[in-house]
Amino acid sequence: MQQNMLEVSNLTTTFTSRKSTFNAVDGISFHVEKGETLGIVGESGCGKSVTSLSIMGLVKPPGKVSGKHIRFDGDGIDLLHLDQKEMRKLRGNEIAMIFQEPMTSLNPVYRIGNQIGETLKIHKKIKGIEQKDKVVELLKLVGIPRPDEIFYSYPHQLSGGMRQRVMIAMAMACDPKLIIADEPTTALDVTIQAQILELIKELQEQKGMSMILITHDLGVVSEVCDRVLVMYAGKIVESGPVKQILQNPQHPYTKGLLASLPRKGESHKRLSYIPGQVPAPKNWPKGCRFSDRCPYVMDQCYVSLPPLFPISEDQHAACWLVKEEGREADVKHETVR
Amino acid sequence: MLSMKPSDDYVLEVENLKKYFPIKKGVFSKEVGSIKAVDGISFGVKRGETLGIVGESGCGKSTMARLVIRLLEATDGSIKLQGKELTTLPSKEMRSTRKDIQMIFQDPYASLNPRWTIERTLLEPMKVYKIGTPRDRKEKVADLLNKVGLDPSYAKRHPHEFSGGQRQRIGIARALVLNPKLIIADEPVSALDISVQAQVINLMQDLQELYNLTYVFITHDLSVVEHISDRIAVMYLGKVVEMADKAQLFSDPLHPYTIALMSAAPEVNAKQKKERIVLKGDVPSPANPPSGCTFHTRCPSCMDVCKVKIPALKEVSPGRSVACHLY
Repeated sequence: MQQNMLEVSNLTTTFTSRKSTFNAVDGISFHVEKGETLGIVGESGCGKSVTSLSIMGLVKPPGKVSGKHIRFDGDGIDLLHLDQKEMRKLRGNEIAMIFQEPMTSLNPVYRIGNQIGETLKIHKKIKGIEQKDKVVELLKLVGIPRPDEIFYSYPHQLSGGMRQRVMIAMAMACDPKLIIADEPTTALDVTIQAQILELIKELQEQKGMSMILITHDLGVVSEVCDRVLVMYAGKIVESGPVKQILQNPQHPYTKGLLASLPRKGESHKRLSYIPGQVPAPKNWPKGCRFSDRCPYVMDQCYVSLPPLFPISEDQHAACWLVKEEGREADVKHETVR
Repeated sequence: MLSMKPSDDYVLEVENLKKYFPIKKGVFSKEVGSIKAVDGISFGVKRGETLGIVGESGCGKSTMARLVIRLLEATDGSIKLQGKELTTLPSKEMRSTRKDIQMIFQDPYASLNPRWTIERTLLEPMKVYKIGTPRDRKEKVADLLNKVGLDPSYAKRHPHEFSGGQRQRIGIARALVLNPKLIIADEPVSALDISVQAQVINLMQDLQELYNLTYVFITHDLSVVEHISDRIAVMYLGKVVEMADKAQLFSDPLHPYTIALMSAAPEVNAKQKKERIVLKGDVPSPANPPSGCTFHTRCPSCMDVCKVKIPALKEVSPGRSVACHLY
């Protein structure tokens, strides 16, 4: 059996305020295989970023992470039950993260070289000239021109695309086994986005890392990922291989999302859309969380939350329709006003 | 130059529009150079049509929008709204003309007064221009809220009580209050989630049909611009590099930048893996643009002539122009 790089079981992240308690991520389970890229898509507020922060142990109080386990690299380590010190050893070393806005995650008053070097110093105890050589090598690896000069630059002297390359170099510094990229190209222009996606794909093939790519852009998912999870209101609503999900989506939410994309050659037609908006956690419907926007809603949907049902060996969807109709729930998506 | 016959058909005609921002240095703010944010662009928008403007950040598309409504003063060039020259209009007259051009912004939360109710926000323009009686105005507000798909009872609420999509609907209603001749929408759906984005695009198209509106639609998203526009202008570093009917542009893009832009956009249903052109490097700084064709530093089909001579925007077939030495 192939070993999984990451196995998340029943992950729940709870935030408490004075007035209320809600689960931003509500009991989700998934795994990432070795060398695989897993995409997590969803609209704002669906819990995709909180999922990544929970895995990294970066959820700050009053947030609280609970669950069964988060197994990393075989069955050796359970991230959920590590203390801060042990977690710090892993973070940036074996698991690295790339964030959306490189300007806010780079320190504006330190030179690029020092910032990348710090990771090497802390985790690998590499110092001095050896460290500089390694950093320059990393900058070369991510395709930064004149790495010897850029080594001494400050973040504000670089363009957005360059800064994101620096972030990637930093993430790659310790040859991590798993990279979590949270919207790595959202802040970039399309031509720069194409460069960065190409770079990420290349590096991953070269190094055989596993990756979790969090994005709201289905186009990016289709180009980069092997498998994808679709999240809605803190739950996984559909999961499976990218091709299958994009060509034959089963959950009404995934269908609606795909249908609302403007398509080539079909312009000036009305776009189909999902009525209403993503509910806030305190307004989540009692049954299926998509029930108040779903065009196929049934009585059952208002009462109980559907678990993930298998559609095929590797595709799952959390919808009563899927269970009802057995394997195929091939109803055409139509817009309802 | 574009062959543009001045006719009443055009709501907006822009010719050779330029905006140079001075770069000042030192104690005496000596001018040491300029940023050519918009560098000689010309286009026309016909009544009832949607002109899409695409380009990456820093290409001058938002500056262009601000020039047209004269939130910024143009360095050179002419802007005509229904034949009336705007650049030389005294500011008092400009203020009364401005009601004919309205803008929809990217972030509606930043453009709505958080301390005002929606009703007050929508009433204000009519008060300023002394349109109708108080009762007429209130009716108009209720009617508009209905038209943009909001319940008129929401009128007493404040902006923070709405979601992003609803706020953009309010932004659209605000733009419509004065029955403008031209609406400039600057990235109106970029901040919205996909499912909500589709709702707002549909709404804008419905309203266009209903009121025969004319849009200038600025965006960086090619799929959105393809969906909503009749004609499209592609901008790069302050210049229009290609302009064509939507169908023409997407079936047969001419300028190397347009081609690269289209191939760079990730697609959901790429049946066959397309050959992707990945452009090298970044957009150069507009303070120090490359010589000749500003795109030559990144162009995959760059020739010697491109490095010295600036290509003019010339018409290659009716209604279709491109600024490239290849054509």
